[in-house]
Amino acid sequence: MNYYFKRTLQIPLILVAVATLTFGLIRLLPGGPFTQLRIELLQQGVPAEQVDARIEALQNIRPDAPLWQQYIDYMIGVLQLDLGQSISLNEPVISVIARALPWTVFLVVVSTILMFIVGVLLGAIQAYWEGSRFDQIASGGSIFLMSVPYYIFAVIFLFFLAFQLRWFPTGNAVARGLDASQPLQYFSSVLYHAALPILAFTIGGIGSTALNMRGNGIQVLGEEYVEVARLRGLSDGRIATRYVAKNAILPMYTGLLLLIGFRLGGTVVLEEIFSYPGLGYYMIEAVEANDYPLMMGCFLVITATLVVAVYIADLTYGLIDPRISAGESDEY
Amino acid sequence: MSTEPDAADGIDWRSETSDVEMSRRDRLNEFYEQKLYVPAAVAWSDRRTRLGVLILSVYLLMAVVDLLGLWRDASTNQAERFLRPFENMSYPLGTTNSGTDLLALIIDSTPFILQMVLAGGVWATTLAVIVGTVSGYKGGTIDTVITAISDFFMAIPGLPLVIVLAIALSPENPLLLGVVLTINYWAGLGRSIRSQVLSIREESYIEASRTMGTGSVRIIIKDVLPNIMPYVMVNFVLAARYTIFASVGLYFIGVLPYTGQNWGVTLNNGYEQGGLFSMDAFHWLLVPIIAIVGLAFGLVLLSQGMDRIFNPRVRTRLTGESESIEEEETDTTTEMI
Repeated sequence: MNYYFKRTLQIPLILVAVATLTFGLIRLLPGGPFTQLRIELLQQGVPAEQVDARIEALQNIRPDAPLWQQYIDYMIGVLQLDLGQSISLNEPVISVIARALPWTVFLVVVSTILMFIVGVLLGAIQAYWEGSRFDQIASGGSIFLMSVPYYIFAVIFLFFLAFQLRWFPTGNAVARGLDASQPLQYFSSVLYHAALPILAFTIGGIGSTALNMRGNGIQVLGEEYVEVARLRGLSDGRIATRYVAKNAILPMYTGLLLLIGFRLGGTVVLEEIFSYPGLGYYMIEAVEANDYPLMMGCFLVITATLVVAVYIADLTYGLIDPRISAGESDEY
Repeated sequence: MSTEPDAADGIDWRSETSDVEMSRRDRLNEFYEQKLYVPAAVAWSDRRTRLGVLILSVYLLMAVVDLLGLWRDASTNQAERFLRPFENMSYPLGTTNSGTDLLALIIDSTPFILQMVLAGGVWATTLAVIVGTVSGYKGGTIDTVITAISDFFMAIPGLPLVIVLAIALSPENPLLLGVVLTINYWAGLGRSIRSQVLSIREESYIEASRTMGTGSVRIIIKDVLPNIMPYVMVNFVLAARYTIFASVGLYFIGVLPYTGQNWGVTLNNGYEQGGLFSMDAFHWLLVPIIAIVGLAFGLVLLSQGMDRIFNPRVRTRLTGESESIEEEETDTTTEMI
């Protein structure tokens, strides 16, 4: 079977599996999906006979139906992008998510690209001048960067640059009252608000990227084909880009797939620190408010985003390295 | 990850039957030389490993101090409020807004953190090794099934899953918490172990074992595992680092259940109760940060140091110390033969 076809087929399968998982997890939560809600509704003075109807509307599950019926209802709801009603914000979960998702994707994409570019460049220079003073200092710096979690950078930036020096805003994604009708102001405000989160999230990842690139670069520089290319008298620029860079960056690509997952999950802490209204922020808000529909909705959408991101990365990987689509393993 | 020790193992195995003089004691000695002493000596020659071990032993020492009760337990109003670090030497790291000794706070939670980190590392790497070797070596249907399962787990972002699980299970035991934190960490690691095993299984000595009719489990343990062990060790350390980052992060934003204090909780308290707004309380943030970064730094140094010994591509091109490493290796192999 064609690799791309197979890979594309996997997407809905994984999404169904993840939705099933969320369905199961909701049932694992303390008090199940309804007890908490039922108590709250009863406390608000909603008559007992209306409570079940309200719960059905909120989570789009009939509490008295058998489990399989609930499951089918839930899956159909997910398929129609109906993730229930947020209890704390009192609006459909999907509209909260639609508002939050772009911010999260924006943070992750920009910071991951920046991290990759800076890390690769740094690592490449280190590999080229291997053993030099610059290499030693940069390696030490990278090791140090690897041991500082990104949220520590976030806290320190927030402390110095936002609270003490007041150079940057301490929360939100864009200034109040601005909308896309003033594109230039809106855009600069978005960048201004995203600067610290992106910076914190980028710096945390540069260390390991640079160290990886350095290792790969050193290996490739020692390969015979690079030696041969030198002997053929090819220019340094050509060797650096065509021979060394391409082969050194390639193995890092698989690592990038894992990294996207790690980084999408990582926005939970990052957005909470910067009060940045992305998916992770709303997820934590939902956790604190016992708002299970919103929490599970955020979880489902973060996962779906990751599935799609990895899929895209996988497809481009196939384009860069043709061997990937040929790999079928034999049985022993 | 050279093939030499394994080739030598093969010779060993034969000489055992023919050479009567090779006693059990000799073999134990040889095993000690080959697998323990030489790698340890090589590791020790690296500055980073030495520093890493030193840092980690400080944390072990802190755990011992706590277990033996050599330092006071943390409690409120045990000292003046907001003492700066080194202002009063009986509270060397200063105090919080409620007059709690920060050093006591850090020491109190060290055993908890170390247990959690160890549990997370062991769980993630053990599972990854089993999954990676079996699916990589066996191939076929088993591989397809295992790969599908780990694809699924890789598709779930770690922290959000941990948050949901933490609400469902409210893990307060450090060992359980370590496992929950790395609940799907094994998937990615298992994937990369699998791809290493894929190339290892094509080696001729594996082929030889297979034609002799050795069982898969034995081949995996005897022939495959020693080859990936260095990689596994390095990743064990990285999984441990991930556990501490994730736990402190989640404690920090307040989504993990906690009964007592620990570094993440201290950080959270410092952050929520004024550490952000004034310089007076900044040390309250700084102390837990240093504790976390220090532990992670020790772990990363150790993994980097180990990587240098095990990773031939980094080793061969490094001049100076790496030459001596290579010499040591050739020495031992010639002795063997």
